[in-house]
Parts: sequence; structure tokens; C-alpha cells
Amino acid sequence: MTPRILLAVAGRVLNQIRRDHRTLAMLLVLPCALMTLLWWMFDDLTFRALGPALLALFPFIIMFLVTSVTTLRERTSGTLERLLAMPMGKLDFLGGYALAFGLVAAVQSALAVGLSVLVLGLDVQGPVWMLTLVAIADAVLGTALGLFVSAFARTEFQAVQFMPAVVIPQILLCGLFVARDAMPAVLGFISDLLPLSYAVDAMQGVAQDIDLAEITRDLGIVVAFAAAGLALGAVTLRRQSA
Amino acid sequence: MVNNAVETQALRVVRGGNVVLRDLDLVVPAGSVTGLLGPSGCGKSTLMRTIVGVQAIASGSVSVLGRPAGSADLRHRIGYVTQSASVYDDLTVRENLRFFGQVLGVRAERIRTCLEQVDLVQQSDQVVGRLSGGQRSRVSLAVALLGEPDLVVLDEPTVGLDPVLRQQLWGTFHELAAAGAAVFVSSHVMDEAERCHRLLLMREGAIIADDTPDGLRRRTGTTDIESAFLSIVKGEEVH
Repeated sequence: MTPRILLAVAGRVLNQIRRDHRTLAMLLVLPCALMTLLWWMFDDLTFRALGPALLALFPFIIMFLVTSVTTLRERTSGTLERLLAMPMGKLDFLGGYALAFGLVAAVQSALAVGLSVLVLGLDVQGPVWMLTLVAIADAVLGTALGLFVSAFARTEFQAVQFMPAVVIPQILLCGLFVARDAMPAVLGFISDLLPLSYAVDAMQGVAQDIDLAEITRDLGIVVAFAAAGLALGAVTLRRQSA
Repeated sequence: MVNNAVETQALRVVRGGNVVLRDLDLVVPAGSVTGLLGPSGCGKSTLMRTIVGVQAIASGSVSVLGRPAGSADLRHRIGYVTQSASVYDDLTVRENLRFFGQVLGVRAERIRTCLEQVDLVQQSDQVVGRLSGGQRSRVSLAVALLGEPDLVVLDEPTVGLDPVLRQQLWGTFHELAAAGAAVFVSSHVMDEAERCHRLLLMREGAIIADDTPDGLRRRTGTTDIESAFLSIVKGEEVH
């Protein structure tokens, strides 16, 4: 791994996002708009129960989509082949993407968390900065999974359809609709295997200020899933085609 | 002694069950421009991808600058231009060069030099996606030249370019060769063959002739490379 190259990739990805005003606006404004919608729809009590979980969902979903499509574009446009024919380590490439999208997620979450806590009155018992930290881990998780699945799509059309396959089951089973311990045993077991469940647990943990050790454990699991996703992504980047 | 940048021995490449390259033996010498000519679909791009190290081989060997193709230490020394311009459409010309330059670890001055070589100084702050097709492929060429490569592999670099620009690019290729690099250019436009020092004619995954443009014409008794190519193909079918 070469820090110079990793930073070059991250800088280039951020530059591309900066030039794409519409994407940039959606990345920053959409989570805030959706949180506001939620606050408007529900009474205060329900909003307080659902809010933290949704703060975990946005960065995950958005980064999953953005990454799977952009990486697929690199694969189909020939730029990935060119980079891999250069002295570019696979981890430089993946790390650069993770860093760039992690930074975008930090800004995105800071805005969404700030709005929710300061304006919409979301009640957070634990340290507020931890919400942002969990959100960044979620974003990196989404990036890692997006990178991985982009290897299995040939077109952007296919890539987008990995979202209902990979993301929606996790949303259904993460404890947002039915508490995880109230699910049928089999579904509860599956829920225990999915990374988003731990992301949502960590967010709710911060909101209710339960034991810091438990929050840290959940956060650690999310980070471990993200690292595993990046490692799997590295396997799918091949310098040679058969 | 002739210093060869590329040497292949009995090189065989199979893709999706089809034999794309059939036992190729060829050399690409340093310090000259070698042309690879043949109809589209004959295996030119596959041969180039094999030399660059992104295509796996079934059997035989490819040695590039004295190392097996695909070796990690070759990645600094090869410039490769694919048929589609492999650059970022949503960045400016200069941003593209700066990024690839950072990956290669070249000095910032190289960017200016390469922009001049492909005649894109005026467009350097334009977004690549808004350039013409010919300008985009020149951005791709400039990226390939950034690392001052010892071997430049160009897959149909002059497609869609106007005659003035084509002439200019061939001038650049000859300058690179004069500076000692091996330049390996593919084309399906036969009249470009005249500008090469040496020609490899390819058909259905095999090299059917390896000669200078003059030699080819003399051997076949023709006046242009296109007729020479046809005459050799006909001769092969008789045997």
C-alpha cells in the first residue's frame, strides 16, 4: 500500500463528486429532508424511537448505491484496467474510495445529526459525536459492500438492482420494524448475521446511552464487516483477465 | 545487437474457449515504430493486452523489457493506450493527467510536456467529456506518455482523427522511437503502415508477414500495403 497513491485516488473521487453538483446536493440535502419528513409524519415519541435507526440507514444505502455504480463505471470505462497496469495497489484503490466516501459520509451525517438534534429535537442521551462516528462506519460498510457487488454486475442497470437484493433484507431485519428479539428464531438468527443490525443497535445504543462497551462492540462488528467487504472487493479486482 | 522490447515464443491465448492467438513468435525492437496490421477481430487488441500484462496466456511465453509480461516492476515502464479513451470524463484534461501522474509518481512538469506532445495545452482546463472524440483519445495518449515509458503500446490510436493530427501523432511516435523507446501501434488502416519501420500483418490470430513496408511490397510485387496484404492472404489460401 502506498499512501501517496491512496490519497491520489481519494482526492480524485472527491473532485469528481465536487464537479457533479446534482449528486453533491443530493448527498448532503436528501438525508436532512428525509429526517424532516419523518419528524413531520410521526409524533415525538415515535420519531425518537425511529430517528437513530434512520441515521444509520441513510449513509449505508446511499454509499452502497454510489459506490457500486462508480466502481462499475471504472470497470467498464477501462480506467480500472489502466490503473491496475500502473503501479497501483488494490488496497490503494479500495482504500482511496473508502476514504473519500467516508469523508462525504462524515459531512452528510454531521448535517443530518445536527439537524435532528438541534432543530427537530431528537433526544440523544449518549455523546452526539458518536452518532456521527457510527454513521461514518456505516458509510464505509456501504462502500465496501458496493465495491464487492459491483464485480458481479455487467451494467449499471444490474448494479442498481443489487440494492433490493443486498440492502432491503438488511433493512427489514435490522430491528426497525420488529424488535430483533421479538422476531421468529430463524429470522433473529439471520438478523444476527447481518451487519446493518449492529449499525442500528449502535445508533440506538448511543441515543439511549446504554453501556458504552456494548456500543463499542457493535461498532467494532460494523468495522469488521466493512474490512471483510474491502478484502473481498480486493479479490474481485483482477490484474489479468482469463 | 538488436535490443528487443518484446519477445514472444509460441504464444497462445484462449478466450471463452476460442483460440485467439495461435502460437505467435514475434519481436518488437526498441528504438523503432512497429506496426500491427490486420482486419478488426483478428486478435490485435488481445496481443496488445497480453504484452501489457492484463491478459492471461494459455501457453508459450511473453518477455517484455527482459521480464515476463505482467511483472510488477514493468508497471512503471509501459505506456498503454486502449481503443476507448480510458480517462475520466467528468474531470478536466489537467486533472486527469495530475491524477495519473500522482499514481505514477512523476514530477508535475511532465504534465505540461505531455500536454504539448499531444497538442492539448489550450484545452487543458476543459472537462474531458465535452471534448471531441479525437481530443479524448489524445488525453488518453498523454496519460500513457506521462511515465516516460520504454515501451509504448497503442491500440488504434488514430481512429477518428483528422489527417493533420494523424500526421502530427505519427511524428510524436517517431520522436519517442528516436529517443530509444519501442513503439508498438495497431491499426486497421493500411495506409498508416507506410509510416512504420517494421510491419506485422495479422490474420485470424496468426502473424502472416513480418517485414519492412518496402520489403513487403517488393516480395509481393505490389505498390501499396493493402494489395500486399491481400496478395499474402491469397497466397496462404492456395497452400
